[in-house]
Amino acid sequence: MSALRILVPVKRVIDYTVKIRVVNGAVDTNVKYSINPFDEIAVEQAVQMKEKKLASEIIAMTVGPTKSAETLRTALAMGADRAVHIEVPEGTEVQPLQVAKIVKAIVEKEKPGLVLLGKQAIDDDSSQTGQMLAGLLGWPQATFASKIETAGEKLTVTREVDGGLETVSASLPAIVTTDLRLNTPRYASLQNIMKAKKKPISTISVKDIGVDITPSIEIISVSEPPKRVGGGKVADVDELISKLKAAGAI
Amino acid sequence: MLRTPLVRRLANSAHALARPTPRARTLSVAFSTSRPAASKAPAAVPFTSDKFPELVRDSRFGSVTPEHVARFRDITGDVDAAVISAGTNTAQELDVYNEDWMRKYKGRTTLVLRPKTTQEVSAILRYCNEHTLAVVPQGGNTGLVGGSVPVHDEIVISTVRMNAVRSLDEVSGILTAEAGCVLEVLDLHLRERGFCMPLDLGAKGSCNIGGNVASNAGGLRLLRYGSLHGTVLSMEVVLADGTIMELGKPLRKDNTGYDLKQLFIGSEGTLGMITAVSILTPPKSSAVNVAMLGVKSFAEVQEAFRRARLELGEILSAFEFFDRTCMDLVKRHLPIREPLETKSPFYVLIETSGSNKDHDDEKLATFLERLLEEEVVQDGALASDTAQAHAMWNVRESITEACSKEGGNFKYDLSVPVPQLYAIVDAMRARLADLGLLRSDSAPTAPVTNVVGFGHIGDGNLHLNLTTTGWTRELNDAIEPFVYELVQARNGSISAEHGLGLMKAPYLEYSKSPEAIELMRRVKAAFDPKGILNPYKYFPRQ
Repeated sequence: MSALRILVPVKRVIDYTVKIRVVNGAVDTNVKYSINPFDEIAVEQAVQMKEKKLASEIIAMTVGPTKSAETLRTALAMGADRAVHIEVPEGTEVQPLQVAKIVKAIVEKEKPGLVLLGKQAIDDDSSQTGQMLAGLLGWPQATFASKIETAGEKLTVTREVDGGLETVSASLPAIVTTDLRLNTPRYASLQNIMKAKKKPISTISVKDIGVDITPSIEIISVSEPPKRVGGGKVADVDELISKLKAAGAI
Repeated sequence: MLRTPLVRRLANSAHALARPTPRARTLSVAFSTSRPAASKAPAAVPFTSDKFPELVRDSRFGSVTPEHVARFRDITGDVDAAVISAGTNTAQELDVYNEDWMRKYKGRTTLVLRPKTTQEVSAILRYCNEHTLAVVPQGGNTGLVGGSVPVHDEIVISTVRMNAVRSLDEVSGILTAEAGCVLEVLDLHLRERGFCMPLDLGAKGSCNIGGNVASNAGGLRLLRYGSLHGTVLSMEVVLADGTIMELGKPLRKDNTGYDLKQLFIGSEGTLGMITAVSILTPPKSSAVNVAMLGVKSFAEVQEAFRRARLELGEILSAFEFFDRTCMDLVKRHLPIREPLETKSPFYVLIETSGSNKDHDDEKLATFLERLLEEEVVQDGALASDTAQAHAMWNVRESITEACSKEGGNFKYDLSVPVPQLYAIVDAMRARLADLGLLRSDSAPTAPVTNVVGFGHIGDGNLHLNLTTTGWTRELNDAIEPFVYELVQARNGSISAEHGLGLMKAPYLEYSKSPEAIELMRRVKAAFDPKGILNPYKYFPRQ
């Protein structure tokens, strides 16, 4: 078996089927949360690599309040071996740069050969954490992966780019961010959910990591998109043209 | 913190089919209620009156004339959408109303009326009653027993244009809606306001609430919220002579006289036409969990159900089962991934709905762990997000569609005491095998390709489906009335939720005594003395 250790940072986000509502200038958080879908793909990829004996251990980690531990349990039920929870007080916002710094601290402690994470989180859509982490560590990065192959210390990644596919290679250790087409995450079986309960999650307060999580960007306002205004029916082309003219469209 | 919806990204990717999208459940419904096999030109649906020559047209009924059509145009304000007639529209436009979606029955109507208001319905029925013109009230036309299409040339009165939500009392959750409101539209309307419909069924994307009430539809949430007999508080109906009546009031309690609205629930358009209903709607659940279990035998399906009621209590909202053949058919015909890694003879889908996620999660996890430890179930998976929950439901809800893609279907919707539920499927398989009609290695060309069972365990409701190479009289006679005898012997009902329509009318005596049927006829005569409402159906022929 390869001695490759994989670190998978995951984020707890509002479930992607939930319609986001803004209440009093803030997003309504009293809704269903799930693991960020792209991170779920990263976990699946790691588990598949371990099943193919291309990896020896999978460590899941998250940065978030107490409830984020749910997300780690999901990763453990899918097949991660253990988990690290960097706990922050409920309601604290941690931005990508600070997350990247925290992940860097964990990388230095756990010494993974590969960090696999989603290309972006669907709540803030930043798509920055993986890239910043690569910069902070000085490691090669392959983003938007739709296929990942490893051979010894060599990594080959097929990336989805605007014009089609691009294949890149890098040497380990490296950062890879996952895209939608990489795989379809498995269902967590009851047996594995039960096993996951016995797997260790080490909880560390963010203070003990020594990373300042003060946001570097200030959010000025949050608002919902303008409501769609209902349309009307016209009887004939003449009426349509007169309405378009009245609206200044023609 | 605005989000780019992942949905859009999914829809743009070739991967979208393989990965369950949040719309998957709705989409499969839309597909299953549209006409099947759109890719290959399907064989024409035979006329019901040719297929069953014993159903002779009642000569008391008048035929539609141009004068009648002109009068109906007057009543409906001469709106094009309100009148579809052989004189001005194509045969294909009329077929939509003449053919049922199972493609088993086809009427010969030359006139479809689509009124917009209760007053129009009243004027139409008064005129039809005066001229003894037979009519068929029709909603979304998603019925499975041929009740919503004409047998001969009855005029179709469709509810589809009566689709306004009249009111929602946001304190009590009482919704008043016109008969033509599509079930799913109502559900979405309610969900935006914190409520949900107390019923949910596969055809929700097309079926109309008036038709749901008229056919006493059951569906997936009955276990939790009870039948329409409990949730419908009042209704507005138009009687055969055009009288508009308010039956009951939108109140939870009203003990004044006979509860006449109950007669209309499940009356299938034989007593009057429902034009609006008031329904008590429950608050929507903020925490929903879905799990799928693999089970070795039907005895263990029952044990799992017993335990679910005991240990999940008030949060249990659905308990569905299906057999391995169902899973095989779904996988063969649809791009659906099996949620469990191992194969089992039976599958159970459990849904919990509640208001406190942590409480529900813990309860469900403890329950599932115990079932697994005590080997009541042999495998299982818990949906980790809404997409997986939809994907699991999609398996269960796609069974009907998969069966129709496999070949011609015989469908039975039976109520049987739970312990004997699956014995019906076994008995049917045994009989068909004895007659050499069930396909197997030794009978490679036999006409019945599969006999499958699935349904709502919680309600004792079995859906028995047979996939075949096509309908023949011989096959029909091998199955019916045998299947009804099986049910009668077990003190069950030959129709749990689909109704009687045309298909089951001849077999009513397997569920009701002669005295009860006679009393039903007297009720019918009191409401519709000339018998113009949905004739040839509901009652056995005399």
